[in-house]
Amino acid sequence: MQEVVVLSGKGGTGKTSIVGSFAALAKSKVLVDCDVDAATLHLLLQPAIREKHEFWSGQVAVINAERCTQCGLCQEQCRFAAIKDINIDTISCEGCGFCSHICPAEAITMKENMAGHWFISDSRYGSLVHARLGIAQENSGKLVALVRQQARQMAEKSEANYIISDGPPGIGCPVISSLSGANLALLVTEPTLSGIHDLERVLGVCYHFSVPALVCINKYDINEDNTRQIEKFCLGQGVEVAVRIPFDNTVTKAMVAGLPVVEYSRNGVSHQIEALWELVSKSLTK
Amino acid sequence: MIISVASGKGGTGKTLVATSLALSLKDKHEVQLLDCDVEEPNDHIFLKPVITGSEAVCIPIPEVDEKKCTYCGKCAEACAYHAIAVFTKHVLVFPNLCHGCGACSYLCPEKAITEVGREIGVVECGHSDGMEFAHGKLNVGEAMPTPVIRRVKSKANRDWIVIIDVSPGTSCPVVESIKDSDFCLLVTEPTPFGLNDLMLAVETVKELEVSCGVVINRAGVGDRKVEEYCLREGIPVLLTIPLDTEIARINSRGRTLIEGMPQWKESFIGLFGQIQEIMNARSGCLKR
Repeated sequence: MQEVVVLSGKGGTGKTSIVGSFAALAKSKVLVDCDVDAATLHLLLQPAIREKHEFWSGQVAVINAERCTQCGLCQEQCRFAAIKDINIDTISCEGCGFCSHICPAEAITMKENMAGHWFISDSRYGSLVHARLGIAQENSGKLVALVRQQARQMAEKSEANYIISDGPPGIGCPVISSLSGANLALLVTEPTLSGIHDLERVLGVCYHFSVPALVCINKYDINEDNTRQIEKFCLGQGVEVAVRIPFDNTVTKAMVAGLPVVEYSRNGVSHQIEALWELVSKSLTK
Repeated sequence: MIISVASGKGGTGKTLVATSLALSLKDKHEVQLLDCDVEEPNDHIFLKPVITGSEAVCIPIPEVDEKKCTYCGKCAEACAYHAIAVFTKHVLVFPNLCHGCGACSYLCPEKAITEVGREIGVVECGHSDGMEFAHGKLNVGEAMPTPVIRRVKSKANRDWIVIIDVSPGTSCPVVESIKDSDFCLLVTEPTPFGLNDLMLAVETVKELEVSCGVVINRAGVGDRKVEEYCLREGIPVLLTIPLDTEIARINSRGRTLIEGMPQWKESFIGLFGQIQEIMNARSGCLKR
């Protein structure tokens, strides 16, 4: 079983639209949405939730006002400025527990934190594992690791060929958590200077974690000079540019209809995404 | 006054709005632009700032003096992140897991732990065409953007108009960036993905008790559900930018909207006026 994760660095380049189409094209797979703080793959796959689980992670400090002597030591020592006027700011609290260890009155305890939910759902394209991080919560990396682990178990049980994973934007903790140990990263970029800049950084993360990468240029005709620049950059890096996908508003129309674009329309975009899946699945079985 | 520009969904035009707003206001006000999307900072591509200062952002991580260490294990017990492990005659530190809380060094009974800085990113300051600029860059391979964001925000001058460009999403980096803002502009696009993530972003700003307004970008591309949602929730739509291939082309070349289509300047000055009105009405309410 092989796992591909779709990343981009820059947001809004078309990761989810591509993964949604892969869901329709690939046979024998488990789908996973690793963008746990703004998940959208379910909007295309329209799954029915089969299981809902709580995600408990990290801790938050709680001050027992009756015991507290207002000495102020906790506030003085907290490196995250999470204690103001001897009150815990739960949003700033990183759950390190330093305050609870040093409080001379033993007035501070650490409380387990419910940080979100994760789901196993059935769609007409197969199983989807996804999650929703609670508002203003931390530990997105841990939740990503959890949904990936669930997807892996399900894929093993059902002897699926592929795990197809929709990754988050950026290069930080949830991206690293989505990427480490995957077999292939598909990097979706767009021909803007921002897209190129962000591609370079996310490719750096792939190198760092030794995950092979494949690039796809979406909306390539917005600026063909930049498209050529991306291709030149990739050539220099020894990274293959799999396909160029043209800009086409049917991608948005498919999204409004709640369908993967390859099922919504038979046009240039759909053909390119089919060719892309062909190449991705080939790279995975290599 | 601090105005943050966020979105939930990526690629909706945060950087477009943040840079346009800053450039439209800089002639009449003192403006500072802080790019807090430290994972993928892009404002510098458009503003081409002159960088005058650069500082490393470090997390203080423990260094154990094994001559003093008695392997009592107090440090490992206290560490909530499992960043330090104590064996019978050996101590291991995992720098990537350490959040730099300082518990281990404070609690070590032998005073065997000192802290050393581990660089995770950099903050660069400078100026661009009459306004102040700062951004942070998380080093590639590093997981924790929030200390870098905190450092960028420490440059904020509240007497000025401070515009903060935020990363996409709703989790810790977004919260860290928006926190303490006076107003948050949420940039979205009228599509199901845009709406889904806008709703999450609205919940986040509510949790942070920051007032917000919406900018709809690429209007005409999808459906009308974003507008319907804003109307229902009483969230003001402060500016609408249509789907326009000319804007996309200007943007793709790394040129700012104000430079490429100066007619937009008035709209952004108007946007700022509306934000001021909302803020004034709000402080009026509070006074009463």
